[in-house]
Amino acid sequence: MSLKGTVRAMPTLLRVGFSEAVAYRAEMLIWVLSTTMPFVMLALWSSVAHEQPVLAESGRRFGEAEFTAYFLTTFVVRQLASSWAAWEMNYEVRTGALSMRLLRPLHPLVAYGAENIAALPMRIAVCLPVVALSLWAVGTSAVPRGGLRWLAFLAALLGAWLITFLANVCIGCLSLFMQSSVKVMEVWLAAYFVFSGYLIPIELFPGWLRQAVDFLPWRYQIGLPVELLSSMQEPAGALPLLGVQWAYVLGLGLLAQLLWRKGLSRFAAYGG
Amino acid sequence: MISVRGLKKYYRVHQRPPGLKAALGALFHRPHVTVKAVDGISFDIRPGERVGFLGPNGAGKTTTLKVLSGLLHPSGGEVSVDGHLPRRREDAFLKKIMLVMGQKQQLLWDLPPAETFELNRAIYDVPREQYRRTLEELTSLLGLGELVQKPTRQLSLGERMRCELAAALIHKPKVLFLDEPTIGLDVSMQAAMRDFIKRYNEQHGATLILTSHYMDDVAALCPRVIVIDKGVLSYDGALDELVRHVRPEKRVVFRFAREVPQIALAELGKVVSVDSVSAVLQVRTEAVNSTVTRALSTLPVLDLTVENPPLEEVMSELFSRSRAAAEAAS
Repeated sequence: MSLKGTVRAMPTLLRVGFSEAVAYRAEMLIWVLSTTMPFVMLALWSSVAHEQPVLAESGRRFGEAEFTAYFLTTFVVRQLASSWAAWEMNYEVRTGALSMRLLRPLHPLVAYGAENIAALPMRIAVCLPVVALSLWAVGTSAVPRGGLRWLAFLAALLGAWLITFLANVCIGCLSLFMQSSVKVMEVWLAAYFVFSGYLIPIELFPGWLRQAVDFLPWRYQIGLPVELLSSMQEPAGALPLLGVQWAYVLGLGLLAQLLWRKGLSRFAAYGG
Repeated sequence: MISVRGLKKYYRVHQRPPGLKAALGALFHRPHVTVKAVDGISFDIRPGERVGFLGPNGAGKTTTLKVLSGLLHPSGGEVSVDGHLPRRREDAFLKKIMLVMGQKQQLLWDLPPAETFELNRAIYDVPREQYRRTLEELTSLLGLGELVQKPTRQLSLGERMRCELAAALIHKPKVLFLDEPTIGLDVSMQAAMRDFIKRYNEQHGATLILTSHYMDDVAALCPRVIVIDKGVLSYDGALDELVRHVRPEKRVVFRFAREVPQIALAELGKVVSVDSVSAVLQVRTEAVNSTVTRALSTLPVLDLTVENPPLEEVMSELFSRSRAAAEAAS
């Protein structure tokens, strides 16, 4: 489908996608509950910082307020930068359901993306109480000021979603080569939990690991947008990191295209 | 409209015997075999034609449809559909075709079919006015009514298939591939689907290719059949001609005024079935006249009809012959 046609179809894709997301209310709620790890980490780190703040190698002090701001922001970013395309693609390749997408004049990857984005309003609704809780806990003074910071945060958030989605697509495409790539996704997620800043703020990593993590993709899925919103990064200082993040977006985009094109010729369209 | 030359589709299939030992062994070594699902078939289909693909399970019918609709990349040969190479899946091509699979669905499971229709309108870029008219027509012809407002998961199989067909036709495809469209439906629903498909073909001049195990579908819809067996084309021509070729006999169905001894019937032809006051005989086509004349003069005939043998039997015989020929060749 042409870009113009895709843009014209997008409102309907998003509206129908939203209807689907709302149809799966119980599933959605369970999924949201499964992403509450930041609350657990918040409780753990707050108790650690209760006696005295945790001192990072950089000299930054993480007290209870900093941990609260960090992990509540982490929860919000995780909700907004999520994708489940890898699982969908695996299922559809194995059962042949991908056939029905391939028959339509709309690139299936665009359709997966639209379905993921369509769930955002529901996720934002889940985030609102957490945002309110954050404001109550750390005060409105913690809300970042300055258009540049918000601009940098939005760029980082969009980059985070794109990395998450494209990584899902790349791993989903692997199922065209190896029947099932769900285990690959699990390996990706294991690395994501450790290196993204989801469980531990990256600034608390040892120096050598922190430097290494800057070159890995996971840090850009959570850490960078969270640090920008919780004022742990200055917008100007974050520019090189934004550059690396968007380089990952580009690289994963190209890889996804390549894997899709190569994988599709192997599609067996099982069933029917 | 459709041109197929030497089409081949081979699959590499992993083979593993059952059992723990084989399961462990498969971790280190996986033997593969090449399955020739389609092995060099050629045919042409004119615009507006209705063609039935026949063949036993695993013959290569569905694989051929999937190649024609661009889902599968051929291993060899050339395929063209209205000037397009299907494997390229160009938008212009996808807007001209649709593949309806009786065992796969495009309807969104948790939403009413109306949502899928609207989604297809947007994806196929159908102008709103044309969409409204098409939907009205489809709703009336398929008797959709309130069905389109019920979640798909709550529809019966027959209701779902009617909605599937409607979703498939929102963009008025010029080429319609139907893979077992009536599978699992009751007899009256099968007939309704056949009527609708035929009407769509006649009204819109759409080219139609159908696979079905229900011979009634083929007999009602397809003047021309292509028989595929083990990936090879074994017949391409008129359905009547195929029946005459495989079974050059007719069935004469009698109803008698009183019971007739079987021995008297056996003198007229091969007795297919018999009960107290009726019988079915099988006779060679050229002997039908003389058999009927003799029966009318010697037996208490109340009524008789002359019919072709059932298509199921004809196909069964055709496939068993081809199996026997393959076994003899190997």
